[in-house]
This record gives sequence, C-alpha cells and structure tokens, in this order.
Amino acid sequence: MGIIRTENLTYIYGEGTPFRHVAVDCVNVDIDEGEIVGIIGHTGSGKSTLIQHFNGLLKPTSGKVFIDGEELFADKSRLKEIRFKVGLVFQYPEHQLFEETVYKDIAFGPKNMGLSDDETDRRVKETAKMVGLGAELLEKSPFELSGGQKRRAAIAGVMAMEPKVLILDEPTAGLDPRGRDRILGMIKEYHAEKGTTVLLVSHSMEDVAKTVSKILVMNDSKVFMYGDRSSVFAKAEQLTEMGLTVPQVTRVFDRLRAMGIGFDDEVFSIDYAKDLVMRLLKEKRGESVD
Amino acid sequence: MGNFIEIKDVTFSYVNDYDDPPTKNTVIRGVSLEISKGEFVAVLGHNGSGKSTLAKMLNAINLPETGEVIVDGMKTSDEARLYDIRKTVGMVFQNPDNQIVATVVEEDVAFALENIGVPPAEIRERVDNALKTVGMYDYREHAPHKLSGGQKQRIAIAGVLAMQPECIVMDEPTAMLDPIGRREIMNTIKQLNAAGVTIVLITHYMDEAAEAGRVIVMDDGRVIADDTPKKVFSKAEMLKAVGLDVPNVTELTHRLIDEGLDLPDDIISEDECVERLYELLKKG
Amino acid sequence: MIKDITIGQFFPGKSVIHRLDPRIKLLLTVIYIVMLFSAKTFAGLAAGVAFLLVSFLLSGIPIKMMLKSIKPILPIIIFTGILNLFFISTGEVIFSWKFITVTTGGVRTMVFMASRIILLICGTSLLTYTTSPITLTDAIERILSPLKIIKFPAHEIAMMMTIALRFIPTLIEETDKIMSAQKARGADMETGSLIKRAKALIPILIPLFVSAFRRAEELALAMECRCYRGGEGRTRLKQLKTAPRDYVAVVLALAFLAAVIFLNRVWI
Repeated sequence: MGIIRTENLTYIYGEGTPFRHVAVDCVNVDIDEGEIVGIIGHTGSGKSTLIQHFNGLLKPTSGKVFIDGEELFADKSRLKEIRFKVGLVFQYPEHQLFEETVYKDIAFGPKNMGLSDDETDRRVKETAKMVGLGAELLEKSPFELSGGQKRRAAIAGVMAMEPKVLILDEPTAGLDPRGRDRILGMIKEYHAEKGTTVLLVSHSMEDVAKTVSKILVMNDSKVFMYGDRSSVFAKAEQLTEMGLTVPQVTRVFDRLRAMGIGFDDEVFSIDYAKDLVMRLLKEKRGESVD
Repeated sequence: MGNFIEIKDVTFSYVNDYDDPPTKNTVIRGVSLEISKGEFVAVLGHNGSGKSTLAKMLNAINLPETGEVIVDGMKTSDEARLYDIRKTVGMVFQNPDNQIVATVVEEDVAFALENIGVPPAEIRERVDNALKTVGMYDYREHAPHKLSGGQKQRIAIAGVLAMQPECIVMDEPTAMLDPIGRREIMNTIKQLNAAGVTIVLITHYMDEAAEAGRVIVMDDGRVIADDTPKKVFSKAEMLKAVGLDVPNVTELTHRLIDEGLDLPDDIISEDECVERLYELLKKG
Repeated sequence: MIKDITIGQFFPGKSVIHRLDPRIKLLLTVIYIVMLFSAKTFAGLAAGVAFLLVSFLLSGIPIKMMLKSIKPILPIIIFTGILNLFFISTGEVIFSWKFITVTTGGVRTMVFMASRIILLICGTSLLTYTTSPITLTDAIERILSPLKIIKFPAHEIAMMMTIALRFIPTLIEETDKIMSAQKARGADMETGSLIKRAKALIPILIPLFVSAFRRAEELALAMECRCYRGGEGRTRLKQLKTAPRDYVAVVLALAFLAAVIFLNRVWI
C-alpha cells in the first residue's frame, strides 16, 4: 500500500445549487513512498482539487483518502497529525509570507507542529541552506527579498515541516528561466537527499519531463492515466488535445516517426534526443556498409 | 521623418528615499533603439535586466533620467502630449486581474474611451470591434472575474485596442496563463500584428520570442543583442550566460553540431528541425 | 466556503422593471418608502403591498426570492415585534401576567411595524435584484453630479464603488487561498480562546493587505496607461435616457401614494 491512496474519491462543488460541479470524479490512485511524481492536466481538470484532499483541506464528498495507511477524516482528532505528514505548497506561495523576518516565516510551520525551539532552529537553518538562502537573508524581512528568493523562502517554510510527502502546485509559475531551473533543481535535490515522496503539479510538460519519474494525467475531473514518463509521452497527441503542450523535442520526434524514420523510443529530453539521433545514424551507416 | 519609436541613449534609476542617504538603483544604463511601424519585437532578459522598466518608458510611465524617448514625433517628456502618447502606445500587463477596472466586460473595454471623451455612439462601435478582434464579443455582458486567465487577458488587450493605438507593449502577458491561455494570447498578438499594429512583447518564453520578427536581449540595463530570432538564438552560449534559454530544437541542433554533424546553427522552428533531421536520417 | 457568498444579488433580465432608467428606479424606491411611512392604517399599507406585488410580477423575479430577502433580517423583525407587543398599552387588555400586559393596541402595532419593515426590505431588494451594481453606481453618480459645483466628489465616489465591486470577489477568493495555505502550514483558526483566535488572523490579514496594496498599485498603473484622469471630460458608453415608460412608472407610483393617503382615512 502506497503513501497516498484514494478509493473512489469524488468531490462536488456547490451540491444542490445551479453551480454544481464535479471537480474530482471517482479517482483511484496509489502513489508509492519515495516516488517523484508529476501531476499534469489543464486548468479545471481537477488536479488542484485533488491535491487539496491529500492533506485534508478538502473533505471528500464520497470515497476515501489514505495517507501512510491511515484514513483521513476517520478520526477527527488525528486529522492535524496526519496533515503534518503531507506538506502542501500552493501556487504563488510567496503571497503567504507574513512574518517580520524570513527566519520567523520558515519557523511558522515547525512551531505550529509544537516542536522545540532547538529543533525548529535546526530545521529552519537546514532548509534555508537547502533552498539556497544565505544566513544573512534570514534576519531580513521577507518582503525585501527578490521574487525568486521569496518563492524559495515560502517553499522552505513547508519543507521545514519535514513532511513525508511534499506537494508543490505550479512552483515555477511566472519565473524566468533561471529562477525556474533553480526551483526545479532544488526540488530534485530535496528528493534525492531526503528520499521523501514529491508530487509536482504543473501544466508545463517540459518542467515535468525534466524532473519526475512518473506522471499522473488528470482530464475532465478523472485520472486519464498514471504511468512512467515514456508511457505518458507516448500519448502526446491525446495530451495536446487536452490542452497540454508536450515538449518541442517530443513533437519533433513524433513527426519524424510518422514520416517513416524507424524507432520506438519516446523522446522527452534533449539529451535523449541527441543520443537517439546518433544511434540512428550509426544504424544507418551500418546498413549502408552491408 | 524618423522612426516610429526612437530611444536615444536612455538611462533610468529608481531612487529609494526611505534609505538615508537616499539610494539610487540604476536599471537602464544607456540604451538606444529604433522601432518602425508594424514591427513585432520580442524583448528577452532575466528578471531585473531592465526590460520592464524600458517598456514603461515607451508610454511615458517612466521618464528617462538622461537621453530621450520619441514616440511618433512626440517626446515622452512633453507633458502636453501625455495622453496622445498613451493613446499611441497602449500597454498590457502580466496579471490580468489587476488591470480590469469594471464589473462588466464591455464597460471595462470602454474605460479608456470614456477617459478620452469619445462620443457614446463611437464608443459602442469601437468596443464591439475590439471585442470581436480578440474573439470575446459573446462575453461582452459577463463579469470579468468569472472568466479564465486567457479570456481576462484578451479583455485587457481589447481595452487597450479600443484606443486604436499604433503600438501595444505587452509586459509578460502570458506569464500567469496555462498553455491554452498562452496559445490564445499568441494568436491574438500575431493577428494584431498582421493588421498593422506594432507589437513589443516582453517575455520569458523562447518559443514566443521565436515568432517575432526581431528579438532584443537585455542584460544589466543594456541591450546585448538585437537581431532576427534566427541570429539571436544561434548564439546559444551567450543567451545561457545571461540566464536565458534557447528553443528545444535550437539546443538539440547545437548539441548535434558539437557531435560533429553537419547542420545549420540557426534552426529555431519545429518544421525546420523536422525537415533537417529527416534529410539526415532517412534511409538510402 | 466564503467563495459561495454572493454580493449584490442581481438577476439579469429583460423585464420592463429591468429596463427602467436606474435613476427613475431610485426615485420609485423613494416614493415607495414614502408610501410605507405615510401609511397609517392597514388599508393604506395594503396599497403599498399592491404596488410591490405589481412590481414583482412585472419583473419576473420569483416571489420566493422576495421572501428569501427577508430571512437575514428576521431576528430584527422579531425583536422589534416583541418590544412593540409588550410596551404599547393602548386598547383593551388581552392578556396579563405579572408585569407583562398585552393589549390590542400592542398587537396591532406589532403587526403593523413588522409588515412595514418586511415591505421596506422587499422593495429595496427588488431594486438590487433588477439593477446591476454598476448601473446603480452610475445612477448614483449622475444623481449626485449636480453637487460637483460644491466640490462634492461624485465621480470619485462612484469610481471607488465600481472598483470595490470589481475587487470584492477577487479578494474573497484570495482570502480563501491564503487561509488554505496557512492551514496547510498548521495554522489553527478554529480552536482556542478568543485572543488566540484573533492572533491566528495575523497570518491571513498581513498577506491579504500586502496583496491588496500590490493590486491597487498595478491597477492604478493600468488605469494611467488607459488615460484615466478623473471625471473631467469623461463620456460614458451607456447613456441614461428616460423613456415614456419611466414617466408612466412615476405617475403610477404617485397614484399609489395618493391611494395610500386616501386609504389612511379608512380605519380597519
């Protein structure tokens, strides 16, 4: 049994009103511990609603959510405890900064968990380092930081709670290429170092392709598919129809295949594409020698 | 008669009066540019490179510290022509929520025209035309906050378009949108440009810049490249050094060239890349 | 969730009431209020009821919505009703127990006052049901605009109302988001003493203020880019024009007012 599992999870907004909308429709997922998973889907596909169930911010209309083997909402007194196992970083997390100093802001979560001052201090310093915020920045007001730094400070605030699962909703939205690569690199590093489960919600297939190993595709409030990268990118055409953009290299090689160049590989990174071209050339030369 | 927009050796600084002594942060350090009517110019640069500050100089929101900006023969420092300049160069911003004033779509599109005192019958006509151009006419009586990001951004564009500007400056209009919204905005931009509107598009997305006729790269308050997209993106190393990307296909061809393959170094479009690789890989 | 709150309940429609000039609608509302307050008898009040019912039927708004609008003020009606019942001692005594005395006069006043409040609320909610907030703002600006001569900022007030209406849903959504985000960081807003709960609001209020200021700054810039320079020389997309039906409506309302005054002489 995985760290996050749902059983026929359904969530309906505005039940009994004319605005009734099924946001999550009978979803069954099972995510293994230690996995780094991309959750993709266009706006309104239900991905944001889904992840808010994973730490009990939303209560399912019907169905069940299990975190680390324990059912959410089964025992209300355990809810807070379970919630701390799943850290949720919202879109534009820098908008939730409020403390006088960066240090205090990162410490907000750990303090709410009732940790000792020593433990809080250790965690704040450790995560600040991990997200690349120097010690000199910790005593500054979070509002004095640059855009990218603010975002990293906000993510550190959730990382410092040391959740078993870290969920990030569009962590690179609105950043420039440098800021984007920095955040993605930081997430990968965090996953490698801590070995915890990471869920990355995004509509950028490019970011997802670079970072994760498995992908969950949401479409029309349902799970379209859940599998490893190549099995998902093999459906590039359907993904495009859903309003998602597959990486440019994927499109190029899909077209080459359709034009009759013979290969079965799913291409989603530039490195892979380069190796594939070199391999195909070698095969071609080999054939012409015969 | 000179160029449509002339930027002559311009500098600009933000002064922080709260610091003691006041501190000065220079963000534009000597920029000269000329933009002709009907061009589609993309401006690239990482955050803090000065590109947004420069964009705000084109419609007299920011006035140059030294040097001058001339728009269609009007100096931006000439206060008497302020509203003429803003009518000539419209501006669209990143966050669609924060530039919509009214609670009804058509009232918002009419806002600028009401401000400049256009007669009501003409407002009606221009609002309807602007909404049709961006494909939002059917939504004219809707409440903006219920629309999608891409739709809101098209309303914002219509609000500027209604002024019938010669030029629209867009400051990262797609940064907060999903892929569908981005596609909607890019299509709108291309359509406007085809109709003769000069476009200055500030963006972080290389694939968007690749669609422009000209790409300007800014770094540390200076223009470090100003050429066709093909020429600019062929300098992949330089772009990476200033924290920018190149399109996937450009990166791939550059890597293949490094491996010793014979490919042109200025491939920026998917079609071109497919064509070249096909030639290379096809059997026999 | 707070998102579900709707503000300025407006029901779009094409009825004759919807199409009346908003200034006339404001005037009609004033006449209606005068009707209610000049009614001294139930017969007089009945004329007010008739006016309200006719308006509601013409508007096509379901009567159910009229009753719904009373719900939030029900406690006030009951409270004033009880006060009237116990403290008015005219007429015959119906019931007496210790210091509590209920008289026919008390019952009559209670029913009369309650009816008046209910009618008042129903009438004004019909105004907001049939007039979009922006049209209403527009009407208020135009009615107040003669006061510009005495430097009364009619345009500025209307502009502020418009922007407030525009940003209320956005800020409500934002509050919702910030609350979820802080809850995810373990903020506890539901338990503890009053002081603890007030303190728990800080992580929500500060980001909300910061965001509101950022939005204000960006909006101001966008308005400047669209040549905003105050009310001077402004034209409007929608001209307010009075049509014959507006005059008919006013005449009808005045007729009802006359009826109220006439019916005051009839004692029930």
